[in-house]
Amino acid sequence: MTSTTPKKFRILDLLEPPIEWLIRLCGWSSIIGIVAIFLFIFKEAAPMVLKLDWLHFFTSSRWIPNPAPGNPPSFGALALLVGTVTTTSIALLIAVPVGLGAAVYISEFAKGKVKETLKIVIELLAAIPSIVWGFIGLMVLGPIIKDVFTTESGSWWGKVMVTLHLASAETGASQGTNLLTGGIILALMSVPLVVSLSEDTLRAVPDSYREAALALGANSWETVRRVLFPAARNGLLAACMLGMGRAIGETMAVLLATGHNNRIPEALTDPVRTMTATIAAEMGEAVHGDEHYRVLFILGIVLFIVTCGINVASDLIVKGIKKANPA
Amino acid sequence: MNRGMKSGATTAPETLATFEANPFAPSAFERRKARRANRNKWVMFGFCAVLVIPLVAILVDIFFKAAPVLTLDYLWQNPVSKGKEGGLWAPLVGTFYLVIGSLVFVAPVGILAAIYLNEYAREGWLNRTISITVTSLAGVPSIVHGLFGLGAFVLVMLPAINGLVADARRPETKWEAGLLTASLTIAVMNLPVIITSTREALGAVPMAFREACWNLGATRWQTVRTIVLSNSFSGILTGIILTISRAAGETAPILFTGATFFKFVADSGWAKILPYSPGEPFMAMSMHLNIISNQISQMPEVMKFGSAAVLIGLILFVNSFAIVLRVWLRGRKRW
Repeated sequence: MTSTTPKKFRILDLLEPPIEWLIRLCGWSSIIGIVAIFLFIFKEAAPMVLKLDWLHFFTSSRWIPNPAPGNPPSFGALALLVGTVTTTSIALLIAVPVGLGAAVYISEFAKGKVKETLKIVIELLAAIPSIVWGFIGLMVLGPIIKDVFTTESGSWWGKVMVTLHLASAETGASQGTNLLTGGIILALMSVPLVVSLSEDTLRAVPDSYREAALALGANSWETVRRVLFPAARNGLLAACMLGMGRAIGETMAVLLATGHNNRIPEALTDPVRTMTATIAAEMGEAVHGDEHYRVLFILGIVLFIVTCGINVASDLIVKGIKKANPA
Repeated sequence: MNRGMKSGATTAPETLATFEANPFAPSAFERRKARRANRNKWVMFGFCAVLVIPLVAILVDIFFKAAPVLTLDYLWQNPVSKGKEGGLWAPLVGTFYLVIGSLVFVAPVGILAAIYLNEYAREGWLNRTISITVTSLAGVPSIVHGLFGLGAFVLVMLPAINGLVADARRPETKWEAGLLTASLTIAVMNLPVIITSTREALGAVPMAFREACWNLGATRWQTVRTIVLSNSFSGILTGIILTISRAAGETAPILFTGATFFKFVADSGWAKILPYSPGEPFMAMSMHLNIISNQISQMPEVMKFGSAAVLIGLILFVNSFAIVLRVWLRGRKRW
């Protein structure tokens, strides 16, 4: 019996127990990774966690990391939080309808070549690196936004825009990198994720649902609206949440495209600054081990907890759908 | 008004006309619904178009603005005077080694992890926890990965390495944040990507293949090695290609873990091909684009657009491999 087995097989087979242990160890790598990320970031931030005035951190927008005479250091991250929240909201306002609509079109209406082409283009969009999106925001979209929202001083349209908080007096003097530009860029970045996840969810709805709806006399849109959306509700929600997670955590694009100005925006085209961009811009200058350095790590912890929360929540939502609907 | 009634009205009284006309003709209500369905279909097509057309226009615009510098020489020359002149060789080769370095770390671990999840782990809390951590790890912001790389690899691992290899009397032997630390950071970031894609590829191998193999007396590892891996090879390769494109484009994780804006690279000879040692800061395409697009004053526009175009071209080129591979794979699949 043994003589029929080729020899090279036996050498690898002898290694089976150690290889299985190696495989098991690698299987735990993601757990090790996530714990290590938390521990190492926490280790750098730890000395500041107790010292930091947390109330001040969340309620003040005075962010003065480099103290000057008569200008004591102050770590109020409210404006940064507001920057992250506002850019993400604008991104979601655009990305959710566009992403869901595009996913429905690709999954339910498009056929053959059109469908394949759209899927490939969406996939390539997802592959474009964030620094390139930032570059597009800075060099291409920014000037367009600036032109659209700049009017001659004193014109009635300019007054309308200022009263509606669409533009401010400074819009014309800026580079065009602001809240709106950053939001649009973030939307474009998160749309591919929303589209591909929602499309997966819609495809997972059994065809018998569609057939039943059509047999009852519903047309294509009614099937989508009354049958597919309710059936895929959890998955679609999870897709939008993951899109939000991506928008919150995005760094290089918002660093280049939001104007990087630490204040609470009053108009749609005011420059803002996000938590991620602050870390990216200031970590290089921060002195290793001083308060500023540690506060940047605290910002990292806040981001880490928020995005992990979003991910776990979306995972639980999808799990809910599987329990209720095992097919 | 109903179309049947209109055509019938000229010849007969109205009651008769409805009988003569097609009894299955849609009512006004049904046609309104159909119109709405059609309109919504076009609205959704419009969303796709809104997504695709401006982007294609922007990309074409970038390539047109970059056209004057896009030559092979541009790729082969080193940047001169902070990137205002010259080419992109030094950052390109840095990105190449960064990708190779991160693949060396992430590919074995990620593929083995996927094998564990798909072939070994039983349904249960452990498998469930691992799945959740994989999705969480995928959602961790890239800048947080950068902080982790700084905290773990630059501040803890490097001193340990230096304790082993560095000669205290010769400071030039000391390892700095560089290719090694940046590759490790990128590897951690790409771990969930490669686990997810490999797991999908393994899951696509039919269960019957494994059962047939077990029935012949093969152990689990033999089955994995001979049947599962060989049948999912192209799928795994697709995942690796996607990892490459992600590693090449990321900026935030390498900002503090070894990428630098300028590093001297020789213009000829072997030193041009192998310019960076693992313990030296290196240049990378994404970092280069980041710095020249907004931090160097009087940077010529064409150089900015040039490096953006090269980076986009690089990413799309790598990704098109993955797409071609997948289309080819689908055409070849026989189960």
